[in-house]
Amino acid sequence: MRVGIVVFPGSNCDRDCARAVAEVSGRPAAWIWHKDRDLGGADLVIVPGGFSYGDYLRCGAIARFSPVMEEVVAFARRGGPVIGICNGFQILTEAGLLPGALMRNVGLKFICQDVHLSVGDTGSPLLGGYRPGQVVRMPVAHADGRFHADAETLSRIEGEGRVAFRYCDAEGRVGGPSNPNGSLAAIAGIVSPGGNVLGMMPHPERAAEAILGGTDGRALFVAALSRAA
Amino acid sequence: MKARVYVTLRQGVLDPQGRAVLHALSSLGFDQVRDARIGKYVELEIADGPRDEAEKAVREMARRLLANPVIEDFRVEIPGEGEAR
Repeated sequence: MRVGIVVFPGSNCDRDCARAVAEVSGRPAAWIWHKDRDLGGADLVIVPGGFSYGDYLRCGAIARFSPVMEEVVAFARRGGPVIGICNGFQILTEAGLLPGALMRNVGLKFICQDVHLSVGDTGSPLLGGYRPGQVVRMPVAHADGRFHADAETLSRIEGEGRVAFRYCDAEGRVGGPSNPNGSLAAIAGIVSPGGNVLGMMPHPERAAEAILGGTDGRALFVAALSRAA
Repeated sequence: MKARVYVTLRQGVLDPQGRAVLHALSSLGFDQVRDARIGKYVELEIADGPRDEAEKAVREMARRLLANPVIEDFRVEIPGEGEAR
């Protein structure tokens, strides 16, 4: 089983993700340089967080046209598992693998804090380590995390059970003040129709070991790595 | 020749930056301002050639990269002869 982590100029969560992968699987992840034209035989691709291309124009807009993204898109269309975290989520929406867009936080501030998330009932194997309705805690760190989609797209995402995570409070109450960035329907993460592509603003890799202050993100890597095995 | 691309937020898309500017203008005493929306302006220098081809190409650039159709609309202007450049 091989895990490939895409590295763009400006990625800064690539090593955190690699650490989580190695911790969970005992095997190192491989780097996939943004100029590469193949995925090095990866069975699971992670598009990590950061500020690819300085967030110029729009977050993820330029990274989306990196040579490697053609391969990532083709891999995902074949059903290959792809996880986009934070800037990775933004890149996957810009690439058209996931619907909607991530816009400037409603409060205009960069938010760096732990959030609670209510896990959706997606049936995605990538979320197989969680129960639907389970409340998990992990950090967010973004200025542009407000999920937006038009009404039709939102009702399709919700109708198809593709909401992976919603912001909630510690008791699992969704929305209201627990929605840190004004995301539509408190959406923090979604999956593709086949469930093989997951995009999320929160950082599971920053909550994958007790020493990081939380372990709720670990189950995501465990499930993703067992699926890709 | 120059091409100008105006990228604006689609109707109904919340614009917190515009709202902050609206509030700032209001606190400066400009009470007549009813709304403010922030967009982007991209100026391109294009190799000389037929205008219609240039416009077609710039529209394609806007569609693929300069604007995100999920949240943004765009308008292309290519000033003709005699207009301000």
